[in-house]
Amino acid sequence: MASLDDLKKRISSVKSTQKITKAMKMVAAAKLRRAQESAEKGRPYSDKMNNIILNLSNGISDIDNAPKLLSGTGEDKVHLCVVMTSDRGLCGGFNTNIIKKAKLYFQKILDEGKTLKIITVGTKGYDQLKRLYGDNIIERISFKESKNINYFDADKVGKIVIEKFEKKEFDVCAIFYNQFKNVITQIPQEQQIIPLKISEKDENSSEDNYEFEPEEDEILSNLLPKNISTQIFKAMLENSASEQGSRMSAMDNATRNAGEMVDKLTIEYNRSRQAAITKELIEIISGAESL
Amino acid sequence: MSEEYSVEIVNPEKSFLSKNDVTEVVVPAFEGEIGILKDHISIISFLKPGIIKIFSKSGEESFYVNDGIIEFKDNNLSILTSLILNLKDIDKEKISEIQKSAEEELNKSDINDQEKYLLDQKLEVLKSIN
Repeated sequence: MASLDDLKKRISSVKSTQKITKAMKMVAAAKLRRAQESAEKGRPYSDKMNNIILNLSNGISDIDNAPKLLSGTGEDKVHLCVVMTSDRGLCGGFNTNIIKKAKLYFQKILDEGKTLKIITVGTKGYDQLKRLYGDNIIERISFKESKNINYFDADKVGKIVIEKFEKKEFDVCAIFYNQFKNVITQIPQEQQIIPLKISEKDENSSEDNYEFEPEEDEILSNLLPKNISTQIFKAMLENSASEQGSRMSAMDNATRNAGEMVDKLTIEYNRSRQAAITKELIEIISGAESL
Repeated sequence: MSEEYSVEIVNPEKSFLSKNDVTEVVVPAFEGEIGILKDHISIISFLKPGIIKIFSKSGEESFYVNDGIIEFKDNNLSILTSLILNLKDIDKEKISEIQKSAEEELNKSDINDQEKYLLDQKLEVLKSIN
């Protein structure tokens, strides 16, 4: 059995770990609120963007001449995957969940004999993927330096993607991120951004007749690259809210576990202290009796 | 009948401005400035760098935009833009910064005519502000 001194040391070390996890939980909670706010504020932009694109693509008469970003290259050989993860660890299953989802997709692509290219956003994703898919990673991006999620970072990623698309380096592009549902639940998402999948429109927007200036095609070809950045930005916002939520619940669990451990160790400590006292008493009594 | 309609400006980070007592908005559309009054036909257009002017009951406001897209429908004007600055409390330094990066971009060799045109426009507008 561990000596009293050892137990004491262990108790105090678990206690200080608990202090750290508690502090981290508090920080994550504060950051989560901010991240959630900005995710909500960002929603009108991407919603409106979606709406406009929907209206535009309905107005396109000549499908064959539609911009490639919308209709695709007509092939399905090279897939580009943008895997978005966090730059910091200690956030529960956050990164692992995205990676798991992404790996499933990768496996499917490779099984079908297609070429896979990966861009990782965030250092944790790169760390987890480099062993298995190191050769497939063509670019790694990290925004460790920027304090807040901002549109220009997303725009940078978007520009890289579009540049590669224009060089015909890939046919299909998908992004992976965690969608924030609530603090406990984050759903890993796989979203195809090139060619754009247009969701079914709701009936109330069906009969709009717009005047376009300049022509639809021209607006679309200008708007689609922006939409890609917007989608990536949206994913980044969702991701950061998810990261903080996931960290918060992970740290909450850790704090609780540490509490349980302290309780257990304290009981053990008390028991062995009592055992030592009893042993001493027995020794004294039996010594007195033998006299 | 009132001559007012509503306008909403959003950028990726937040809803920048929302007003519902607007009488006229002048936007720097790609093919020239458009003034939008109430009951304008539904229109979608995109913007070049320039100044948005908003006339309302409470006065006139001007904003600098980098790019953007507008949608007008049922007397609702939505303006989506990645960068918008209020001219009233504009930061000279910020303008110079944008100006400088635009100039650098312009000096690159691999830009196409449309990009060049947009950058020229941008510089012109920025200079007029400064």
